[in-house]
This record gives sequence, structure tokens and C-alpha cells, in this order.
Amino acid sequence: MSDDVLFFKEFSIMGKDFSNAGSVSTEIKSILKEIGFDRLIVRRAAIASYEAEMNVVMYAKRAVARLSATPTSIKIEFQDEGQGIADVDLALEEGYSTATPEMREMGFGAGMGLPNIRHNADEFDISSEVDKGTHLIFTIHADGNNG
Amino acid sequence: MTLEEISRVIECEVITGEKNLDQDFTEVCAADLMSDVLAFVAPGGLLLTGLRNIQSVITSHVAEVRAIVYVRGKVPDEEAIKLAEQKGIPLLSSRLSMFEASGRLFQKGLRPGSNIKPL
Repeated sequence: MSDDVLFFKEFSIMGKDFSNAGSVSTEIKSILKEIGFDRLIVRRAAIASYEAEMNVVMYAKRAVARLSATPTSIKIEFQDEGQGIADVDLALEEGYSTATPEMREMGFGAGMGLPNIRHNADEFDISSEVDKGTHLIFTIHADGNNG
Repeated sequence: MTLEEISRVIECEVITGEKNLDQDFTEVCAADLMSDVLAFVAPGGLLLTGLRNIQSVITSHVAEVRAIVYVRGKVPDEEAIKLAEQKGIPLLSSRLSMFEASGRLFQKGLRPGSNIKPL
């Protein structure tokens, strides 16, 4: 039962599309809320998605995001095409950032995105290739505490 | 303290959410950096910020911040106001600085709504 997919959806995100930044994660939040997941579980998924979406908008050319929810888990995937990350370990350190002033003006680019995604996830996996792109998958366990 | 009382204490004008001023708050956080809000803020609080773009509203919605006060008389842009109306997040504008607004609210018994342990 626990592997039954309750919901699956694919989203596309365009790099540098600052005016729509956040729309995918807001939609993910409404979907998860609608399904009936616990409020704090939804919040963790929404925060991690928003950080990942901002990373795509700020650094990548385009990306596909995939949301799949089962009764016991929420899995979210961001696969982008773009510059990639040269040193993933460094990018996972709090405070490391390659943000431009434009990104900082929007309140982002403090080097906390990836660390915060990992912090909110129960499972976290990232792989990246320079000039190709980054593939991020994170899962949040919902422990059957939902509809 | 209700949002209406908060509004009086830190000299606010209500931009949107007039009907939701009876909400009660015990916790506040003050930040211009939305990354800080996403990483360290507890759900359910009030945000004081100087960032007037739409990201302030999206961040608050995502992190379950229930209301936003823009400091130093700042007014958020149109699309931020529109989204806040949709999501039911009241927006206020205080003429005080971030420091003074925070100080007055602390004096009245409101407390930090954040967990500042490193990630």
C-alpha cells in the first residue's frame, strides 16, 4: 500500500524567469495540502522545493521538476540543464555562494539553499556535471500521518 | 498580541488584510534575507522586513509566516499585494526602522520566532 502513488506531476521551470519564481513550489504546496499531508510535512516540502526552484531560476537554463506522493512519502526531483556545480561538497556548506547582486536583491544567494534543502529532507541526493546540469532528488517521510 | 495592537505599537498602515487584524501573534522575526526566513523561522509568526518584492510574500506563504510588516514606510509592489490577498496574508507598512519596530514589539512581550542553530 505504502508504494501506491497518490499523485504525480511534472512541472517545467525556466532559468532567469524571475517573475514566475516560486510558482511551482506554491503549486506543490497546495497539492500536498489538498492531499491531506500534515501541515509541518507540507511546510518542509514547500521550503525545500522553493529553495530548489530559486536555484534553477538563478543558475540554470531550464529544469523539470517532478512531484510524486505516496501515502507515506513525498519525493521531489529537480533536473536542470545549465552550468552545473563544480564542487558539490562546497555548495553544501552553509554560506558558500556564487550569487550575483541581482539575486541578493531578491533576498536570496546567501549560500543557504542546498544546506536548507538537505536540512528539510529525510533523504537527499545530488549529482552535478559542469556545463551539463544538476540533478537533485529529495524525499520527505510522512509516516502515514496523512490522508 | 493581535495584529491590530501590533499595528498601533509600531505605527502601521494596513495595506491589505483589514479583515484579519484580530489574529494573535506571540513570535516575530526580522529579516531582509529570505534565505534566513526559510531556514530559521518557526511557522505561524510575523515577519518584519525591508524587502518589498513578491519574494517576501512567496517566502512567507511557503514558510507559514502569517503576516508581514514592511519597515521604514516601504510599500510592497503590486504583484506582491495581489498574491498576499490571494493567500490571505495581511500586509502592513510601519514608518519605523527595523530596529525600532523590533525593539518596541520586544518591549511589549513579543519574542523571537526563530531557531538560529546552524543548518
